[in-house]
Amino acid sequence: MNAEQILFILFGAVSLIGAIAVISFRHPIYSALSLIVTFFAQAGLFVLLGAHFVAAVQVIVYAGAIMVLFLFVIMLLNLGTLSAKGAIGTKLKGFAIILGILLAAEGIYIAVNALNDTAVASAEPAAITTTTYDIGELLFSKYLLPFEVTSLILLAALIGVIVLVKRDSEVEN
Amino acid sequence: MENFPLVLIISSIVKILIVVHLLLIGVMVMIWAERRVSGWMQDRLGPNRVGPQGLLQPIADGLKFLFKEDLIPDHVDKPLYVMAPAMLLVPALVAVAVVPFGSAITVFGHEIPLQIADINIGILYILAITSLGVYGVVLGAWASNNKYSLLGGLRSSAQMISYELTLGLGIIGILMLTSSLSLRTIAVEQGAYPWQWNFLIHFPAFLAFTTAMFAETNRLPFDLAEAEQELVAGYHTEYSSMKFAMFFMAEYMNMIVGSAVTVTLFLGGWHFFGLENMGGPVWSGLISFGIFFVKTAIFLFVFIWVRWTLPRFRYDQLMNFGWKFLLPVALTSIVVTGILWITTNSRLIVGIGNVVSAFIVVSIVASLLVMKTPKPAIQDSDNRLTPSALDAIE
Repeated sequence: MNAEQILFILFGAVSLIGAIAVISFRHPIYSALSLIVTFFAQAGLFVLLGAHFVAAVQVIVYAGAIMVLFLFVIMLLNLGTLSAKGAIGTKLKGFAIILGILLAAEGIYIAVNALNDTAVASAEPAAITTTTYDIGELLFSKYLLPFEVTSLILLAALIGVIVLVKRDSEVEN
Repeated sequence: MENFPLVLIISSIVKILIVVHLLLIGVMVMIWAERRVSGWMQDRLGPNRVGPQGLLQPIADGLKFLFKEDLIPDHVDKPLYVMAPAMLLVPALVAVAVVPFGSAITVFGHEIPLQIADINIGILYILAITSLGVYGVVLGAWASNNKYSLLGGLRSSAQMISYELTLGLGIIGILMLTSSLSLRTIAVEQGAYPWQWNFLIHFPAFLAFTTAMFAETNRLPFDLAEAEQELVAGYHTEYSSMKFAMFFMAEYMNMIVGSAVTVTLFLGGWHFFGLENMGGPVWSGLISFGIFFVKTAIFLFVFIWVRWTLPRFRYDQLMNFGWKFLLPVALTSIVVTGILWITTNSRLIVGIGNVVSAFIVVSIVASLLVMKTPKPAIQDSDNRLTPSALDAIE
């Protein structure tokens, strides 16, 4: 077992524990914090894959910006501890069980396939370090359309927020 | 080359030890300097009893913090309350890992760069790590379960998110001209002479970046998060003894790292009129470290200077300034730098274009603001003497 494998298991375990903690903590703030831990572990996995840029962006965007806003909202609304009854409605319970079974089946299917597929198991890990230059080049050539469409979605969200806020302030005046 | 990893490991450990201790000692010296300089600016003495010129005062302070009772109030959320100071201190400590503090030293035939880790996304690493500092403030504030603390934390998170944008956008002009994210490359690319350094080529971006840096460190004109007159002590109201000291240390550590990053990005790193190349393979490395050290120290003095010169912003002024002035200036500098660099390929023209365009943008924004709100501005100052945290959402 080399250092890379140990680190992979470490980051994978931390990310799984964090993900489980997100849904098991009763208090939203602790859930949000666990999610940050998961994001960090995933950034670590990206570093192991040689995708340093993606790792940094993962931390900047998710851990650094989005989760801060999450915490901000949780604090402003002053959400208390969730009660056991309120957490999952009885109607949703059946739905959740079905989804859970489906997800477990998918996971087992992928795991079995990966074990049988010797091509994947024996393939040498590609020792490529993705540079920011490569990502930029791909984004502005091969993936230009998806890139622009994504930015349009963000633009639409921005305009939506401005419209919502503007209407409120005009009513007030 | 057989034993190269061993050299790498040993040199890394030595560098980490030196840098971390320099940082911790730097914090102590900064606390002393802050009190002495503020005393000098206010025509009084400041602490001068413990040791020569009061230099041992920080040690006395530290001992006092250590021996004080570590009080944890009953009403706090204990795990987060204990964790918060560390969550602020750790990002401040690890951010320094990618800062190049000198050129390179040759020891026993091995060239050792004076930097803990030269990763190819250095500047993104700094942005990522510094953006985590806000958690310490916000969680400490929330865990204290005290309305003044919470208001401080909310103000701080809104402020940090707003100014982080300017911080990130302000450096894009530099990245375009150097086409590298590595801090070492950025420092090397700037020449030996001051007129080649980035602060002249990207002057508006430099001003925006520095201002945003002041806001990120929660220092005075921007210390809304701990405004004494309004919030007792803001987010660290409930903290005492060593936990408070950790908040305090993190602030100074952030200042030191921020100054070092600014020196690397904008003020030519360890270059100074070619002085860094004098001397042999060992001495030139040490001289370059000395130059970097002096530049950082001068910038830290500016931090103190500003704190004891400028009064605090009001909350709506803070938000208006960040979003309506700094952000447009940083955005314009990106566009102008890009267009002028591609068309003319001349740093001089880029520099002039940046200043002119920033001037135009600021005057447009200012005239728009004046035209749009002639009277509510006066009402505002009457109604918002105690700006609530809800203003932050605007």
